[in-house]
Amino acid sequence: MSEETEVQELPEEQIPPGPATAGRRFGRFRVVIVPALAILTALAVGGLVIIFSDPEVLSGWASFFRDPLNALRLSGEAVGKAYAALFEGSIGDPIEMVQALASGDGSEIAREFRPISETVVATTPLILAGLSVAVGFKAGLFNIGAEGQITVGALAAGLVGFGIQGLPLAVHLPLTILAGFAGGALWGFIPGILKARTGAHEVIVTIMLNFVAFRLLDYALRQPALRPTGRFDPISKPVAESAQLPKLLGGTLRIHAGIILALLVAWGVWWLLFRTTKGFEFRAVGANPDASRYAGIRVGGTYVIVMAVAGGLAGLAGANQLTGVVRTLTPGFSSGLGFDAIALALLGGAHPGGVVAAAFMFGILRAGSTRMQAATAIPVDIIVVIQALVIMFIAAPALVRAIYRIRARKPVGTEVFTKGWAG
Amino acid sequence: MRLQLRGITKRFPGVVANDGVDLDVAPGEIHALLGENGAGKTTLVNILYGLYHADEGEIRIDDEPVTFPTPGAAIAAGIGMVHQHFMLVPVFTVTENVMLGVEDTGPLTLLNRDEARRKVEDIATRYGLHVNPDAVIEELPVGVQQRVEIIKALYRQADVLILDEPTAVLTPQETEELFGVMRSLRSAGKSIIFITHKLKEVLAVADRITVLRGGTVVGTTTPKETSEQGLASMMVGREVILEVEKERVEPGEPILDIEGLTVLDDRGQVAVDDVSLQVRRWEVVGVAGVQGNGQTELVEALTGLRPVAAGRVVIGGKDLTGASPRQVFESGVAHVPEDRIHDGLVGDFTVADNLVLNTYYLAPFARGPVRNDKVVARTAEDLSNRFDIRTPSILASVGNLSGGNQQKVIVAREFSRTIALLIASQPTRGLDVGSIEYIHRRIIERRDEGVGVLLVSPELDEVLSLSDRIAVMYRGRIVAVLDAGEVTREQLGLLMAGATVDGANEESA
Repeated sequence: MSEETEVQELPEEQIPPGPATAGRRFGRFRVVIVPALAILTALAVGGLVIIFSDPEVLSGWASFFRDPLNALRLSGEAVGKAYAALFEGSIGDPIEMVQALASGDGSEIAREFRPISETVVATTPLILAGLSVAVGFKAGLFNIGAEGQITVGALAAGLVGFGIQGLPLAVHLPLTILAGFAGGALWGFIPGILKARTGAHEVIVTIMLNFVAFRLLDYALRQPALRPTGRFDPISKPVAESAQLPKLLGGTLRIHAGIILALLVAWGVWWLLFRTTKGFEFRAVGANPDASRYAGIRVGGTYVIVMAVAGGLAGLAGANQLTGVVRTLTPGFSSGLGFDAIALALLGGAHPGGVVAAAFMFGILRAGSTRMQAATAIPVDIIVVIQALVIMFIAAPALVRAIYRIRARKPVGTEVFTKGWAG
Repeated sequence: MRLQLRGITKRFPGVVANDGVDLDVAPGEIHALLGENGAGKTTLVNILYGLYHADEGEIRIDDEPVTFPTPGAAIAAGIGMVHQHFMLVPVFTVTENVMLGVEDTGPLTLLNRDEARRKVEDIATRYGLHVNPDAVIEELPVGVQQRVEIIKALYRQADVLILDEPTAVLTPQETEELFGVMRSLRSAGKSIIFITHKLKEVLAVADRITVLRGGTVVGTTTPKETSEQGLASMMVGREVILEVEKERVEPGEPILDIEGLTVLDDRGQVAVDDVSLQVRRWEVVGVAGVQGNGQTELVEALTGLRPVAAGRVVIGGKDLTGASPRQVFESGVAHVPEDRIHDGLVGDFTVADNLVLNTYYLAPFARGPVRNDKVVARTAEDLSNRFDIRTPSILASVGNLSGGNQQKVIVAREFSRTIALLIASQPTRGLDVGSIEYIHRRIIERRDEGVGVLLVSPELDEVLSLSDRIAVMYRGRIVAVLDAGEVTREQLGLLMAGATVDGANEESA
């Protein structure tokens, strides 16, 4: 008699079907609309930052009342040029790409396809790390530890990758990548078991384990056994040829088989979450741990498995970077990938498909920013600002809705069931 | 004060919650507003209290049209409301709670507590609302807290008092006391709008009764002109069988055997104290008791959700003391949990997924580690039809269904398996007459198939009409186990309030 909310006062025959009427009109489009508008808004605000950081444009605004059109023209040009360079640096020029293909000249093709190759290279680890955080979200866990899991995963992959020699690629490479998964999984297992057994909050534990992981790598790199002969700075041996992800297009293009691995893993995570009983348990525990316990699901055990899987996925990102891009371990190996992963898991709504899309979005920003800096003298840092703004708008969907006057998808008559952070 | 509602219409997206509702409340009248969940009662009084705004229609006070943009405006016009969930600050005293928001202040804007205290005492004695003005709210029983809510409304000079399901949280004795207060308010010229779906109470206390169904007024009547049966038919729109038809069946061997069970609550206090009880096949054992006397902890311990401090639980001959929820479930136990939204359902999940919430890993719903969505969907379609779950689709989120349909999802899930023991905790909490009738029939059906049923409910009528034997729980102990045929409501009420069996017999004799 006490749980009546509004909708339960509505006649039964007329239950509002599905998640509110407005939601149905947009259908599937609905889940995409807020992230898309968040990106658009972030780009718009980023444009303002570009305007205000360009002295020439600012001087145009200083004389706004004498020549208002000039100020607007300068602003438009600056923003337009910046974003055009961003696009060219990340995707390339489609017409020239076709022409290059037609000419059949190898170096020409390589030049035109370099931007997209760079974008894919930047995207690949983001997909894997993003999936790590997304799996956690789905089970109601906030995995801040992808950074450390990447580090430990890469270290484990490295030990196998340069520690063992003389295996054929078909054996060595999978083994190296599996080692990466195992290393990350171990680093995720620790906060999982601590949460299940002692209730230690995974946010705190994963953050702390990040620091442990960084120093663990530093320590490992001080061991002479790991260093190439004749070097005394903290750098590891390069992984063996047989443990390197093959390049897809050869030549100087860096695009490598990691993207195939990442997309397969994304599909695998989707399958795990939505097609298996384990995934059902993950999602049930994330959506309502009490009901899950009632239904006989071992909530603590699920936390352990989820954190291990999440860690393993981040470990794959580390293995991918090591075997596909950098080849050697150096301090600060993870370089913030694990934190970008949190942002893009949020942007992707913790759904594997969304994570892939968001990772490409971030990859485009990353790859394009270099060209933008070269072409327009706008620092790459603007990209960090835009990324931060995207996340801010995602995290505050009410803000986006208010700006664009979208009616909130009011959960009529439902209570707040989720305690998760996304999805 | 004469209150009139004329042609009140309120639409929510896709639904008309109130459709041209007329309501007249005379001064000094107890006017019951009766209807099933979803009939539009709460919407109507929320409009009257300024929480919602009517799309059409008007409110008149003494023939003057008025509008209430906010609850503040409604209060100023002399309308008071006691919500189902009390709006009290637990660590404040009665007086402080009453004056909160309308504080009397003396010089230097200091609180004038003495003046407020005097007024509270004044109101309390005038209407028989016995309460100590200096008591701290959290130390008071629910019934007394409710009185404080009523005093709060009267302190703000309410002439019309809206009571939203006031008896839901009360013991039978407290309910009687509340009715006494309502009658004394009536003789002082106050009007009361009494919202409920309990027919007995309406007939006992109301002067007039307006029945709502599907957002419209079905009719207005008086207790003299109608009966429980008549009101139920008006509410539901068809003939309703109020009494559960059940034949006496000879019980079989014990299926649940509880011996000396002791269970602690969340704070580590003894909540279930050395309880022994048996449930046999072909038998419904009702556990009666005011909420908070250990029933929740008892059920949680039996179903593996709470550790057992001492004692033994044997189900179907198997010792399941301290077993996991899944072990209990796999031993043929169905559990309808007390708090369905919190424990029984994953609100974000679809109806189909909730229907397999505890069987998802078993064939045919899974093949090895992989879910078999087709079988799940087919089963869900079948169960929605068989258990009359009204949902736009089996893929709709269960959180969007009405309370009654959510409960049907749980009942469908728990009753569609082969089970030996059913543990049902408040299975009809918050449901309307139609759904209650339905769920009661299903419980008796299972009993007639040889299932042992442990029914825990604070609703006396429910326990009385379904049970073969009744165990009364008071402060964590089973104080009496009685044959359902030989006990009266009054005796049960007294036992629930802590009287001994002998005392209960004497007092009701």
